[in-house]
Amino acid sequence: MEYIIEMDKITKEFPGIKANDQVDLKLKKGEIHALLGENGAGKSTLMSVLFGLYKPDEGTIKVRGKLVSISNPNDANKLGIGMVHQHFKLVHNFTVAENIILGHEDTTKGFLRYENAVSKIQNLSKQYKLKVDPSAIIENISVGQQQRVEILKMLYRDAEILIFDEPTASLTPQEIEELMKILRSLAEEGKSIILITHKLTEIQQVADRCTILRKGKYIDTVDVAQTSNEELAEKMVGRKVVFDIEKAPAQPGETILKVENLWVRSIHSNTDRVQGVSLDVKRGEILCVAGIEGNGQSELIHGLVGLTPLSKGKILIHGEDITHATTRERNLSGISHIPEDRQRHGLVLDFSLEYNLILNSYFEKAYQRRGFLAFNSIREHAQDLIQQYDIRSSHGPLSLARSMSGGNQQKAILGREIDHGSDLLIAVQPTRGLDVGAIEFIHKQIIAERDRGKAVLLVSLELDEVMGLSDRIIVMYGGELVGEFDPQTVSENELGLYMSGARRRGVA
Amino acid sequence: MKLPWKRSGAPSNSDGDDRLARNVLWKIADSPASISAFSSIIAIVSGLIVGFVIMLIVNPGDAVPGFLTILFGWLSEGSRSVGDMLYYGVPIVLTGLSVAFAFRTGLFNIGATGQLTMGAFTAVYIGVNWGFLGAAHWIVAVLGGMVAGAIWGGIAGLLKAFRNVHEVVSSIMLNYIAMYLNTMLIMQLIYNRQYARAVSPLPSALIPTWFLRDVFPGSSVNVGIFIAIGLTVLLHIILNRTVFGYELKSVGFNREAAKYAGMNAKRNIVLSMTISGALAGIAGAIMFLVAGRHLEPVNQLMQEGFTGIAIALLGLSAPVGVFLAGLFYGALEQGGYYLQLFDFMPEIIDIIIAVIIYFSAFSLFIQAYVAEYLRRRLGAEVELPQGATIK
Repeated sequence: MEYIIEMDKITKEFPGIKANDQVDLKLKKGEIHALLGENGAGKSTLMSVLFGLYKPDEGTIKVRGKLVSISNPNDANKLGIGMVHQHFKLVHNFTVAENIILGHEDTTKGFLRYENAVSKIQNLSKQYKLKVDPSAIIENISVGQQQRVEILKMLYRDAEILIFDEPTASLTPQEIEELMKILRSLAEEGKSIILITHKLTEIQQVADRCTILRKGKYIDTVDVAQTSNEELAEKMVGRKVVFDIEKAPAQPGETILKVENLWVRSIHSNTDRVQGVSLDVKRGEILCVAGIEGNGQSELIHGLVGLTPLSKGKILIHGEDITHATTRERNLSGISHIPEDRQRHGLVLDFSLEYNLILNSYFEKAYQRRGFLAFNSIREHAQDLIQQYDIRSSHGPLSLARSMSGGNQQKAILGREIDHGSDLLIAVQPTRGLDVGAIEFIHKQIIAERDRGKAVLLVSLELDEVMGLSDRIIVMYGGELVGEFDPQTVSENELGLYMSGARRRGVA
Repeated sequence: MKLPWKRSGAPSNSDGDDRLARNVLWKIADSPASISAFSSIIAIVSGLIVGFVIMLIVNPGDAVPGFLTILFGWLSEGSRSVGDMLYYGVPIVLTGLSVAFAFRTGLFNIGATGQLTMGAFTAVYIGVNWGFLGAAHWIVAVLGGMVAGAIWGGIAGLLKAFRNVHEVVSSIMLNYIAMYLNTMLIMQLIYNRQYARAVSPLPSALIPTWFLRDVFPGSSVNVGIFIAIGLTVLLHIILNRTVFGYELKSVGFNREAAKYAGMNAKRNIVLSMTISGALAGIAGAIMFLVAGRHLEPVNQLMQEGFTGIAIALLGLSAPVGVFLAGLFYGALEQGGYYLQLFDFMPEIIDIIIAVIIYFSAFSLFIQAYVAEYLRRRLGAEVELPQGATIK
């Protein structure tokens, strides 16, 4: 019995698209097997088939050599398959132990045998070196520890086959290293691991073999040790990929945006999530706000664009005070904004693409005549941007935004905001969840904006992006700026220490 | 040779029929609009079936002819019954438009009843007292009703926009205020003691019939139908062709994105509720500026406002859809009138209409169900139409 899982010729068809077309995946016992592919390549569909969420149209699944039919996640659990989702599924005000046993409680006559559970958790945590306190409340522990809870949850259910869906998305560099160690020790203990990812460096670090999918099709399964990053990327994208972001040195001009001692209140509680931030962005430079998610970056931007009222502070654009201006006035005074959540803020998903492309300019003379929408110029505008920014969709300007892929949704927003011609471009996690090709495109466009003499304020959680794109880096932790760096001289490790709050220094 | 619908190694459930069925389902799943239309049809058909079952239980012998009468009664007396169908349909079309318009801005106007009541009272008051207006009398009375409804709707809008009071709560409260206010004002200002009801409006205030009297002889239809058609067209244009409609829909589809784009969500909420109220107010005016119909000082909520909610859902919140759904209601009402010819208690008519409307109101739920069914069947992420979030 060489393979613990054999997925053979899996085909799954959705209206208009073959999400999986004759895909094979063979997992050896005790190996770490990476599943690599761009967004929409069919990785999630394949895992959903394995996990019993979708029924395949064709193909067979063998587990431990036996043909099985998995029709829901419970079947999968019974076969020893467990999954750590990208977004953890934990109850925030429960303890670690309560979360682990949830749905799998050990009871006598309806009473919980809590002590047994705790000791089993402690044993597991010792055996696999997953340090975590069973009595801690979830909301009080770090994201990295929460992930360990998710892993323990699978182990508690005696899972032999562990699926990790983009596990490093919200971790710091230090936590990622820790996770890589955990993965390796799990494999050494005989667990078989499927690692879904599009980060090549992680694959090189831990994976034994790697299966690559592209546009729903099976491309290849390779030995990672004998394959270079470039080869992997080429197989994934289908063409050669430029890894390094090429850009000329910045030539900063006059200050466009100046922020003085900004305090922004959280929408949910009565505390200030941004505490005394001062910064300025100059023409022709990309200033990057780095930090781990939830350290006040979103609130900072919402305060800047007028979506959240300020507690105190001052915002100047071109020296003009816009502290009390409305969002519309700020947009007109020269702010373009690529929002963090493209579906919640950036688009009206039930509108067509052409309507979305005029979302913050529909009132301008070009798009209306006496209060009536000027359909012809709206259409022309859409066609221009579609061509210029290579926005692909099923029905051109009339495609429903909802039906477009994430990358194309983002290109639409990017095109709309750049086309606006503002002097300041605020881009918040502009490449979140996008595939290599789209990331490359968006990075190029942002650099082109800088080279056209625009000021760019970039908020990013991805260290690669921070290092590659920015001309200046400021790190935000706990609502404050804790350091300013030159990307040429700082190391990723050092940034990581500031991002996790381990170190800080005053910002000029 | 491989037949296109028989793929080798396909599981046994992928035979030809299934393949065809899947193709049809995919067509439906392809757009939210077709899911919605499909759901509306299911709603109407299941309502009719349940109505028929009730008739079978009550009076098996007459159930079939009675049921056909409900469906086609509006055709039974030619132009007269068609005219009455239109007459019954108009107020419902208007309250349906009222609710639908608010829906498109993401607001649930459950207060059409109150707005309608205020409109009705104001129209009748003007109709009784302002005879000096002459030929313009009825027009002013309708406009008065519109303004009163607009104010009543606008209050809920202001509370929502500036005090974040949910419009469902405030407009339900406003329904009761309108109901008692109506009783009080009738007693004080326009009370006819002899009949214990409001004084009849002057003939000059009644909605005219123009040539409709000749086209639909013997029926009660009046120019209210033209007002309903005109407003349907107007709302269709506002929603689909104007900058204002673009803003309203943006706010309705995604309030966060509208704020991000710098739209004034508060202003849009107030305007949307005001217009919604105005439509209900017009409905109230048209209902009561009719010979032989009187406002009564009874503490009862007028049902037309609530029926409007079901009609708006059935019509998918699109003006033209609501117009058709409203006329469908008029046809049932008219068919129900002829049901008296059979051995059914008069109440059974209301029960059956209520069942059908009740099922129509389920259309959102059915949408969610249909989408869920398609998702399981096809394994696809089928998009729910706007508003269909009930799970």
